[in-house]
Amino acid sequence: MSDLTALPVTALQAALASGETSAVEVTRAHLDRIAAEDGDLGAYLHVDADAALQRAGEIDASGTAGTGLAGIPVALKDVFVTEGVPTTSGSRILEGWRPPYSATVASRLHDAGTVLLGKTNMDEFAMGSSTENSAYKVTRNPWDRDRIPGGSSGGSSAAVAGRLAPFALGTDTGGSIRQPAAVTGLVGHKPTYGSVSRYGLIAFSSSLDQAGPMARTVMDAALLHEAIGGHDPRDSTSIDAPVPTVVEAARRGAGGDLSGLRVGVVRELGGEGARDGYDPGVLERFTEAVALLEAAGAEVREVSCPAFDLALPAYYLIAPSEASSNLARFEGMRFGIRVGDDGSRDIDEVMALTREQGFGPEVKRRIILGTYALSAGYYDAYYGQAQKVRTLINRDFLAAFDDVDVLVSPTSPTVAWPIGARVDDPLAMYAADLCTLPASLAGVPAISVPCGLSEGLPVGLQVMAPALSDDRCYRVAAAVEAAQGAPLADRLAERAA
Amino acid sequence: MSTQPEPDPGAHPALDRQDIAHLARLARLAVTDEELDRFAGQLGAVLDAVARVQRADAGDVVPTTHAVPLTNVLRPDVVTPCLPRDVVLAGAPAAEDGRFRVPRILGEEE
Repeated sequence: MSDLTALPVTALQAALASGETSAVEVTRAHLDRIAAEDGDLGAYLHVDADAALQRAGEIDASGTAGTGLAGIPVALKDVFVTEGVPTTSGSRILEGWRPPYSATVASRLHDAGTVLLGKTNMDEFAMGSSTENSAYKVTRNPWDRDRIPGGSSGGSSAAVAGRLAPFALGTDTGGSIRQPAAVTGLVGHKPTYGSVSRYGLIAFSSSLDQAGPMARTVMDAALLHEAIGGHDPRDSTSIDAPVPTVVEAARRGAGGDLSGLRVGVVRELGGEGARDGYDPGVLERFTEAVALLEAAGAEVREVSCPAFDLALPAYYLIAPSEASSNLARFEGMRFGIRVGDDGSRDIDEVMALTREQGFGPEVKRRIILGTYALSAGYYDAYYGQAQKVRTLINRDFLAAFDDVDVLVSPTSPTVAWPIGARVDDPLAMYAADLCTLPASLAGVPAISVPCGLSEGLPVGLQVMAPALSDDRCYRVAAAVEAAQGAPLADRLAERAA
Repeated sequence: MSTQPEPDPGAHPALDRQDIAHLARLARLAVTDEELDRFAGQLGAVLDAVARVQRADAGDVVPTTHAVPLTNVLRPDVVTPCLPRDVVLAGAPAAEDGRFRVPRILGEEE
């Protein structure tokens, strides 16, 4: 059998179903690669090899391996709580905590028969675009190990791109699935808000957080999406609607025919007059990707969404405001670490010391900013105004989707930057989210699919669709993937060989 | 800052060390002197950037709080088991007699 870590999930399914390999062999191949590579890559925060092999053995014994996702290993971003398995959300404040329950998406993957390889590194509480805000370690980009893997789901992107997992779950609040996928040559999809359960997802910004798949191929991402999607009564924001048929859409898109599909290129995201901060190489790959869509039969036109220009300031008011409230639960009383409880200090002092030592600088900055934006006298000018801008962004999407079926843009204005280049400049870090924020604020689905290399580093195309039309994202992404011949991620393996 | 009820639209007061210290106290966050200096500069720059939302012509626009307009989401009124107490307390920094143990909550004078 060829290198099992190089195969897409679809090929692993076939090999498991035919008995050509076993869940134990597939799991061991990935664990061996983790042992060999992760000391340098730093994708995982927690791996329990014995538990993974035992679980794989159970799947083999049950005779279900190869049925659906049974026997396929998977990695989870450390933001998902997993019963009995350490979960930190990248923060010191949860060091050593073993949750008493599992996130709905983790339970669904378990019930589907997947094998949990481990928990992946992330920016603390998912705040960041480079994974450098992790309290634990630096994660490296497998394409160039001196560069960032994107963020905040950078452990998941590095694990999948580096073949330390076949696919992984990430979460996306302002771009944290799409941007790391783009800069590591992966497919990453942020589903429609409310279409994947948030139960057991450690909250950063509740009106924006959404879990989704990261994979090396569009079809693999679709398989993972269908396994986690659907209504969950334990999440009160969960939409009671069928999961979009994304696997079917990926299959259809791979046929390469986009006849009749109307595609809008968003002028405000890298178009004429809006190119400040974009790498020329990113814009070239984007232009070529749009040409591919046209060649596949799509009708392409330019669309203007003027309110998108205010997505970044609106997001950096709304997300910190919600975070300052959500993170109040980390006070050192019920879970995680407690600092300074020596009998001489009262509860307020102990909470303040615990949070001082438990949180890193970016989390503190956002808590302070959010506390400010929500404070009396400033609420209307900041948080209230940001919510109105959110309405304007929604309107731009609705108007655009009257004329076109999907909107496209680059996923990230730049390729992966060198580790350390933006750590002391929060605004430079925030600029990485420029293209991904509008879909987050409107709650619409958006996918990033690789569209080539610039300076030897991956570039992503973003495809946005109306709410609950996630299938359109997958269809277009699959057509782009097919038009390029082979998944971009395969080129990394070839380069290493 | 707390003495200014209505900020001038389009402008905003800079955040100084004292403001940061006040906000940190509201958020139960001890901050070091070094952090006060650093955050005052960084948050001032961030606030300059995000203040752009005030330029939007959005006077009568209804704010969006949530991407999905769901209201009154209720579950059936059925009793279901909750997590066992010992399992929950196992993750606590301190527990005693089947409860969370916490530091003193009232000052000496209270």
